[in-house]
Amino acid sequence: MHTKKRTSVGYLIVVYILCVILALLSIFPFWVMIVNATRSTTQIQQHAVSLIPSSYLMKNLKILLGKSFNPAVGFMNSMIISICATACSVYFSTLTAYGIVVYNWKFRKAFFAFIMAIMMIPGQVTMIGFYQMVYKVHLTNNLLMLILPAIQAPAMVFFMRQYMIPALSLEIVQSARIDGAREFYIFNRIALPIMKPAIATQAIFSFVTNWNRLFEPMVLLTDKKNYTMPIMVSLLKGDIYKTEFGSIYLGLTLTVLPLFVVYFLLSKYIIAGVALGSVKG
Amino acid sequence: MRQKRLSYAKYGYFFCIPFVVAFLIFQLYPVLYTAVIGFTDLKGLGNTAIHFLTSDPFRNFKTILTNGSFRTAFKNTWLIWGLNFVPQVLLALLLAAIFTSTRSKIKGQGFFKVVFYMPNIITAATVAILFASFFGYPMGPMNDIVTSLGISKDPIYFLQSKTTARGVVAFIQFWMWYGYSMIVFISGILGISPDIFEAAEVDGATRFQQFIHVTLPNLRTIMLFSLVTSLIGGLQMFDIPQLFITKSGPDNATLTTSCFIYNQAFAGSYMYNRAAAASMIMFLIICVCSAILFYLMRDKDEVALNKLIRKQEKEYRKKMKLERQGGKA
Repeated sequence: MHTKKRTSVGYLIVVYILCVILALLSIFPFWVMIVNATRSTTQIQQHAVSLIPSSYLMKNLKILLGKSFNPAVGFMNSMIISICATACSVYFSTLTAYGIVVYNWKFRKAFFAFIMAIMMIPGQVTMIGFYQMVYKVHLTNNLLMLILPAIQAPAMVFFMRQYMIPALSLEIVQSARIDGAREFYIFNRIALPIMKPAIATQAIFSFVTNWNRLFEPMVLLTDKKNYTMPIMVSLLKGDIYKTEFGSIYLGLTLTVLPLFVVYFLLSKYIIAGVALGSVKG
Repeated sequence: MRQKRLSYAKYGYFFCIPFVVAFLIFQLYPVLYTAVIGFTDLKGLGNTAIHFLTSDPFRNFKTILTNGSFRTAFKNTWLIWGLNFVPQVLLALLLAAIFTSTRSKIKGQGFFKVVFYMPNIITAATVAILFASFFGYPMGPMNDIVTSLGISKDPIYFLQSKTTARGVVAFIQFWMWYGYSMIVFISGILGISPDIFEAAEVDGATRFQQFIHVTLPNLRTIMLFSLVTSLIGGLQMFDIPQLFITKSGPDNATLTTSCFIYNQAFAGSYMYNRAAAASMIMFLIICVCSAILFYLMRDKDEVALNKLIRKQEKEYRKKMKLERQGGKA
């Protein structure tokens, strides 16, 4: 008994050391980034790692904004795309799931099998055709082209269906019908509120995925005033900021801050959502 | 009753129309169009006119398959994915086993999970450039650490080496995704019946034996699932290799197929036909992987269904038996 307890203590020490190292590995890069955002280029060139912030934040900001990096524009565009695409995804996915769960139509089963089948179609490798199609109708640089495709989110339909089957009793739908409610009204006023927890989980992931997306916006958006946050970030790599290290770190920090806020407010739900089985983007 | 049901059935179609329309326009059409472009001579900025290759319809595909850059990109994609996936799964399994162990509870689990998962939600583009700055030469945080600790007297030009460049890209992917895999595995382990673990403990199994003989076999489906989803994502890896090193590093060391496709079509050369052919090759490979996943998931559902049917049959038989007995009495 005694020996067992001792090995247990040794085990715990090793485990805690591992966890602390990994935690530092997660935090350290962002810490250096934030601290360096407040340091001058000379300071960074002398010692690139420092744990103590300096006082050059405003100066760095001035240099950063003096060139083509415009966080306000990127923030607005990313917000518009992420919010609208998320709204489209969750609303239409719930609607589609409702159509599959509540109504008994001839091709219901076949349609669900079809959704399962298209769930894993890779989006990125069909970009050439998508770009040519959008180019032909002169809609490149139109944010709608990054929003409307979100209407079809097969993985989300699958998730919503799995959640809806136990959560939504068909008796409620039936009694609403007897009260004279129209089908569309029942969906909006009865089914949607019941689905709130599932919608919240999926909305978080959809928002973050859309916010972080680089490939599609980079192909479609060529006009500077339409740039999203990740495209703005990619500008930081160009020659214009070559030696302005402080400004580069500040630019990176500005793009990460909104995500940090979202994450630390909602981390509990995000972790729970991953555990429930979200699909890897 | 039947008539009433029939009259509602049409709403099933109505409610699924937006999905189907969006799918046709934004998914099916681009796939087909990409395939078509693969058989044409479409190139040049702003060009949309389609002329099929008549003499040799598969010319673009042949060009791509014999293209040195594409081959390098293809190899790199698999290599970088493998370098990230193997340690990612091993560490995630280890952490999942530690956090779910009933023998010794780890304090601060919630905090560790939140911190380990954090890199996953940060914009990949930002992460790529952040790490590029870290490995800067001659002065970057990594060089600062290396010279301060006396590991090397002079700063090292890390990204000049092919191995280091690939290694760092793989490390970034690993660092961004191991927390995700860990959480998926934890929820998988929590789904295993605790009785099995208890039985193993009673039988005197060590932690390690328990992990090998109980945890791993029960996690097989979930591990296969994460293998395939990771593969589908990994084969489309773009953000990090594209932004980490300019021009894909030494000897195209970090060029992936998605970067290749982007460079062919949108970065100067506008060779849409070749990019489309490369896309279709990747598309087919990924679809095969997806088909495997689909098969696995269907298999799981079927197993569950068969179980349910068996259970119902058993209950039915029990009921019949009871009724017979009741009849006798």
